[in-house]
Amino acid sequence: MAHEHTADAHDTHAAHDDHDDHDHGPAHGWRRWVYATNHKDIGTMYLIFACVMFFVGGFMAMIIRAELFQPGLQLVEPQFFNSMTTMHALVMIFGAVMPAWTGLANWMIPMQVGAPDMALPRLNNFSFWILPFAFTLLLSTLFVPGGSPAGGWTLYPPLSLQGGSGFPMAIFAIHLMGASSILGSINVVVTIMNMRAPGVGLLNMPLFCWSWLITAYLLIATMPVLAGAVTMLLTDHFFATSFFSASGGGDPVMFQHIFWFFGHPEVYILILPAFGIISEIVPTFSRKPLFGYDAMVYATAAIAFLSFIVWAHHMFTVGMPLAGQLFFTLSTMLISIPTGVKVFNWTATMWKGSLSFEPPMLFALAFLFLFTIGGFSGLMLAIVPADFQYHDTYFVVAHFHYVLVPGAVFAIMAGTYYWLPKWSGKMYDMKLATWHFWLSAIFVNVLFFPQHFLGLAGMPRRIPDYSVQFADWNMVSSIGAFGFGLSQLLFPWIIWKCVKSGSPATSHVWEGSHGLEWELSSPPPYHSWTEHPSREIIARGVQH
Amino acid sequence: MSFHMKNAYARRGLQAAFVSLFALLASAAHADWGGLNMTEGVSILSKEIYALHMKIFYYCVAIGVVVFGVMIYSLIKFRKSQGAQADTTLVHSTKVEIIWTVIPILILVAMAIPTARSLIKIEDMGNVALNIKVTGYQWKWEYEYLNENVRFFSTLKRDSNHARQLGSGIDPATVPHYLLDVDNALVIPAGTKIRFLLTAQDVIHAWWVPAFGMKKDAIPGYVNEIWVQVDADKVGTYRGQCAELCGQDHGFMPIVVEVKSPADYDKWLRAKQEEQKVAGEVSPTAAVNTAVASAAPAAVQQ
Repeated sequence: MAHEHTADAHDTHAAHDDHDDHDHGPAHGWRRWVYATNHKDIGTMYLIFACVMFFVGGFMAMIIRAELFQPGLQLVEPQFFNSMTTMHALVMIFGAVMPAWTGLANWMIPMQVGAPDMALPRLNNFSFWILPFAFTLLLSTLFVPGGSPAGGWTLYPPLSLQGGSGFPMAIFAIHLMGASSILGSINVVVTIMNMRAPGVGLLNMPLFCWSWLITAYLLIATMPVLAGAVTMLLTDHFFATSFFSASGGGDPVMFQHIFWFFGHPEVYILILPAFGIISEIVPTFSRKPLFGYDAMVYATAAIAFLSFIVWAHHMFTVGMPLAGQLFFTLSTMLISIPTGVKVFNWTATMWKGSLSFEPPMLFALAFLFLFTIGGFSGLMLAIVPADFQYHDTYFVVAHFHYVLVPGAVFAIMAGTYYWLPKWSGKMYDMKLATWHFWLSAIFVNVLFFPQHFLGLAGMPRRIPDYSVQFADWNMVSSIGAFGFGLSQLLFPWIIWKCVKSGSPATSHVWEGSHGLEWELSSPPPYHSWTEHPSREIIARGVQH
Repeated sequence: MSFHMKNAYARRGLQAAFVSLFALLASAAHADWGGLNMTEGVSILSKEIYALHMKIFYYCVAIGVVVFGVMIYSLIKFRKSQGAQADTTLVHSTKVEIIWTVIPILILVAMAIPTARSLIKIEDMGNVALNIKVTGYQWKWEYEYLNENVRFFSTLKRDSNHARQLGSGIDPATVPHYLLDVDNALVIPAGTKIRFLLTAQDVIHAWWVPAFGMKKDAIPGYVNEIWVQVDADKVGTYRGQCAELCGQDHGFMPIVVEVKSPADYDKWLRAKQEEQKVAGEVSPTAAVNTAVASAAPAAVQQ
């Protein structure tokens, strides 16, 4: 293939590109990882980090579900239980899902736009290496006096201000995570804007790039807002300011407005790259181009815009003027329009296709069904009067886990099973991966579906113990949780087995695969596209 | 056997089947749904909210049937293993994009109108007969009947509190109304529009009785308001919980409301006023004294 000759071509650029001796291959030993500037090495580190955090956060979820297995307190004190719910959320959001997206972006964006690497390789190294320190700091709060933050991941004051030594540590950790996200996002924006090969236009690059481009802007816009909010918490606690203290003339509700101005775009940061991945996988296994590419791009942009004007739907019960409640209910309902457009376009992509059901497609299909269920409960939550009943109950817990677990997490797994043969050059055990899918898909519903019932029946969220009328469904949900948690152990095992002893993969891997990344060998060369893909490759590889 | 006789048998059999089916549906409506769905509740607003919830739910079910129907049809019909050939020309249609944008907008309008109507009703605080101030503390509620000289604290009942300790060895099922019982219940009259003024002393709490439909945050420095009017014939005891994470004992500050007939309520109120007057005569600072008397000994605020 062409790229085997491209190493020579690269030499002409090497003089002004960089002066790294390891230009044409990885360094050996620990230097390869600590000094990493290669998008694939950094992507791999991001993905491994995300996987580790997925199991750390998952273990916390197991503690939560074990305590909730039956009424009464059997295992942990209420304060520790609250620490677990808080840390589970922070670890899963900032440690598992977001780094997984950045890892996938690192691996795929340069290959998909025909670039040799990310635009800013040293920044890339920095943005990754912040994360292990941030999470060491965050997780070490479990061992300091006063324990880790236990006021919920939303950190609402005045409660969060009652935290012990873990409080400033968690805030510093959040600052670090935010810095890492911003740097990673700048890299994505610069790469997509400047590194596209000739012939790869904005409106024919893969939707994964589009969804990440938009996500990157959301991150750059909202992470500083979160940083500001938590800094104000810090000064309220240590420097006698009273931004959020009513007794000092401040306003505890203001924190919630600022937090959710970050927080709602944040939930789209967690899901937009998933939309991108699903938009890659469904066409591949339908053997048909994506239906309505332009509409998909505009819908993603519309969702991103709307995500900035709906924040107060997380706080309908704080007491808002009627006009405010109406505005936020209507703007929230509007989000279902572009989201619906996406679901309809995916469905239309399958229509009159030629479908096959390899593991990536199975996860993508589960995404379509279960994310849509999460969308329905989201629509119900947008209806303010009904939200007065749903708010802060298990109905909300069911809703956001439906969009985040069979939504974001399944999309990450779908993406991994889709591109793993490309990354490693080897095929994984499809049968085992299919088992992983079915176990996950069944248990995730056993785990989260009954939580709708619990919420509607009146069980508040974030309680360590409950009255006996909620016992049955809690037990079912916990059984689902243990099943789901155990099934996930298959995931790293399948990947390990693939990397160690998989059979060789072809460059296109899948019958219907389509895009520049599939024009490279499996595994791809160390510097993906060292020269621009030829006109024929572009013609084969771009979207339309 | 004649045709008529056969027909009569069949008719009787059919009748029996229908009766038992209706009985089953009726019992399902009363019993089984109870644990799965939102309660219809006993107040004007709770029924309004329940109706809205069911309406939106059915909309979602209808949309789900169509969308999932098309997906499932595609999964069955367009399988490569069944020899399906992909129609790769099918990549864009402005017409269908417009259709599946406009139809959802119409559905949303159909949802938005009853939502706005209910919301206006919810926010109408006029013509209230009784004002009760509710204050959240870590981890108990205080109720003050404004202009009636009645105020008291309401905390988790002792038997629940014993049973809920880590490793207590007490089976929660043996405790009556485990975690949902208090020492002093709030008492309100049925058939009367009551306004609750919600605030908090330390952190944010939320006051929620599912049967009344409304939930609102109790926030330090804020006074939020909701109104409740329980149906005149729905005398009884209703239970709820704090719904905003407020620290380690967030799960252990329940709400119990006894709804009495207006006559019984008046009787209760007079007795309570007498009781609090007696308590007041012992010390001139009645309010403080009442608070201290009814609070648990450990409940010293910072």
